[in-house]
Amino acid sequence: MLGLNKKDTTLLLVVMALALFAPFILNPFPEGSSLAQMFNAGYPDLMQRFVIYGILVIGFNILFGLTGYLSFGHAAFLGIGSYSAVWVFKLIGMNVIPAILLSMVMAGIFALLIGYISLRRSGIYFSILTLAFAQMSYNLAYSVLGNPASNYNLTNGETGLQLLLDDPRILGVSSVDGSLPVTSFFGLAMRDSYQLEIGSWLFTFNVGYYLCAIIMLISFYISIRIFRSPFGMMLRAVKSNQQRMNYTGLNTKPYLLAAFVISGIYAGLAGGLLSSMDPLAGAERMHWTASGEIVIMAILGGVGTLIGPILGAGFNEYFKNILSKINDDVLHAWLAFLPDGLENFFVGIMHYFVGKGWHLTLGLLFMLVIIFLPGGLVEGGQRLMKWFSRKDKNATETKTTPAE
Amino acid sequence: MDAILLQILNGLDKGSAYALIALGLTLIFGTLGVVNFAHGALFMIGAFCAVTLQRIFKLSFETLDPTQKDFLGNPLKVKTPYVESWFGPEMGAAIIDWSVPLAILFSIPIMLAIGYIMERGLIKHFYKRPHADQILVTFGLAIVLQEIIKAVYGANPIPTPAPEVFRGSFDFGVMLGFDPNAIIYPYWRMVYFAFAAVIIGAVFAFLQFTTFGMVVRAGMADRETVGLLGINIDRRFTIMFGIAAAVAGLAGVMYAPINSPNYHMGMDFLVLSFVVVVVGGMGSLPGAVLAGFMLGILEAFASMNEVKSILPGIDQIIIYLVAIIIILTRPRGLMGRKGVMED
Repeated sequence: MLGLNKKDTTLLLVVMALALFAPFILNPFPEGSSLAQMFNAGYPDLMQRFVIYGILVIGFNILFGLTGYLSFGHAAFLGIGSYSAVWVFKLIGMNVIPAILLSMVMAGIFALLIGYISLRRSGIYFSILTLAFAQMSYNLAYSVLGNPASNYNLTNGETGLQLLLDDPRILGVSSVDGSLPVTSFFGLAMRDSYQLEIGSWLFTFNVGYYLCAIIMLISFYISIRIFRSPFGMMLRAVKSNQQRMNYTGLNTKPYLLAAFVISGIYAGLAGGLLSSMDPLAGAERMHWTASGEIVIMAILGGVGTLIGPILGAGFNEYFKNILSKINDDVLHAWLAFLPDGLENFFVGIMHYFVGKGWHLTLGLLFMLVIIFLPGGLVEGGQRLMKWFSRKDKNATETKTTPAE
Repeated sequence: MDAILLQILNGLDKGSAYALIALGLTLIFGTLGVVNFAHGALFMIGAFCAVTLQRIFKLSFETLDPTQKDFLGNPLKVKTPYVESWFGPEMGAAIIDWSVPLAILFSIPIMLAIGYIMERGLIKHFYKRPHADQILVTFGLAIVLQEIIKAVYGANPIPTPAPEVFRGSFDFGVMLGFDPNAIIYPYWRMVYFAFAAVIIGAVFAFLQFTTFGMVVRAGMADRETVGLLGINIDRRFTIMFGIAAAVAGLAGVMYAPINSPNYHMGMDFLVLSFVVVVVGGMGSLPGAVLAGFMLGILEAFASMNEVKSILPGIDQIIIYLVAIIIILTRPRGLMGRKGVMED
């Protein structure tokens, strides 16, 4: 289907089903139950983040997974995309399509510039160059271009760029009944939701989520095509031995630059979508720890695999959400079956890992994955599969040997 | 002239911190070939060693003082730190006052141990893995260390004052024959610079004039041959990792009075220290020191009002700009050696 082989088609269909039925899948517990409050993730805001970060990491994976060039400054493109989109909402109108297009174009231009310079070096130097560029963009956005008193206030600094009632919006309206207009896709407002009640379950279908999900599926399809194309093969060849490629007389730079720009455009698209869902862009999206989080998501899922980025992004966002919701009271409720002393002891320890301490848990998890599972969740899954199938084989073998 | 001197002095304290962290980073890189993203966290832990020691000294017990009454007429509870009851009130107060310099002694064994455990427990297993994995695992470790500190000490900066004698500023210009009030400089920054100079000198002397240092330098030049001579170079490199951690920690201890320690100070310094290492040249110790001071001073000059009025915001990005230009024009950095991380 669509020029994919059978295996990839299945993968695409699975991802498509997961994305389209996410409001059902992520809401397994009845509305209002205590489990639902903790584990249900089927509300629009979180689902949007799942797919938007999915897009971001799919793009990052095209660069890091295929070429092995570790960019530590990818969040810069996310930020550039966010700012561009908000400017479209401020100046042109509330339709998300021009905003998304502009954010992709802007991120692409910046990726071309930054990539052209950074790709002259490789290895650690490349990482540090991208880090320096990203940090420079962050500082520019945070203070230099964000000074409200100056004439070139592009980013509005600490407060973040937001919509105002007196913005021109030449193709739209400045205000609707004295309040801000909402972002929309040709009239369909992004925040509109349809709620379906089945028994005690409540499912929310959000316009913004479905727009993001469809864009994510398109991005995913493009990434499959890139992985399977001669271009993707060339990038893999660069990863395995760039020197040999150069000795055969091939100039690898244009390929690397193309990969960098594509992945920058993906990041810009993600940034544009983030702003389309919530028209507010802040500099903290460009901070280098945000770049680090992109790397973490990619590693958690599995670098260089197709499905890995989506898994990684979903896993990271989901656990961040759950862990930050668990507090001491919840822990006490869970551990109520233990004797009081033990209960307090365990709650005292776990206190540092949940709630505000979710960073610690995810950091530890990240380290464990790097140390023991360099291939991330995908490799973990493969190992489990192998382990089980080998066990079955052993079982059948031991059964058959005595019969002989 | 005095304005220029003032900016050089202003750049010195940050430059000293950059130089010390970069020295440790490049020491690790030159010996073990590992890019340590957790080095900023070591700097931060050093600063929190100072905080911890101050808290330990301030541990106190309560006694009822019948001669004083609180507002209800009950005997007043008086807190006396243990150190004051052991060494007498004056000596005890002096110890509390001098807790930051005393933390130098306190932090050296701690930082050496942390460095040793880090190398043996974690980084050892990553020598054969790609550089990207080394970056990632140390980045993860940095997050974990930072979050542990945050869980223990909270998210707010903790003021850690310098000893009474070194608080305040003095008129440095007068000493050099300038007009009074032209160059006012805080005492502690002077102390910090002197301290950094001593530490840098000690590290260089250690590498240059001791047998251990000679072996380490030989190992940096050609690890395999040194190993073939029957010298256990891995053990020495592990000790160098501990020393690099201690250097970062000491930089942090003494930096605590300049900037109240908070849990993300390490991350803030880390990126800049990397830039410093790259500008100085990967694996070059003098390069790291030179670049550290150079970039610190450059940053101070860029934040002068005269410069900012021409190029607004230049102080925020000057270091990165310089780094990008240097990497592109002199890929080995200012003093990088041939053959170190050429790819």
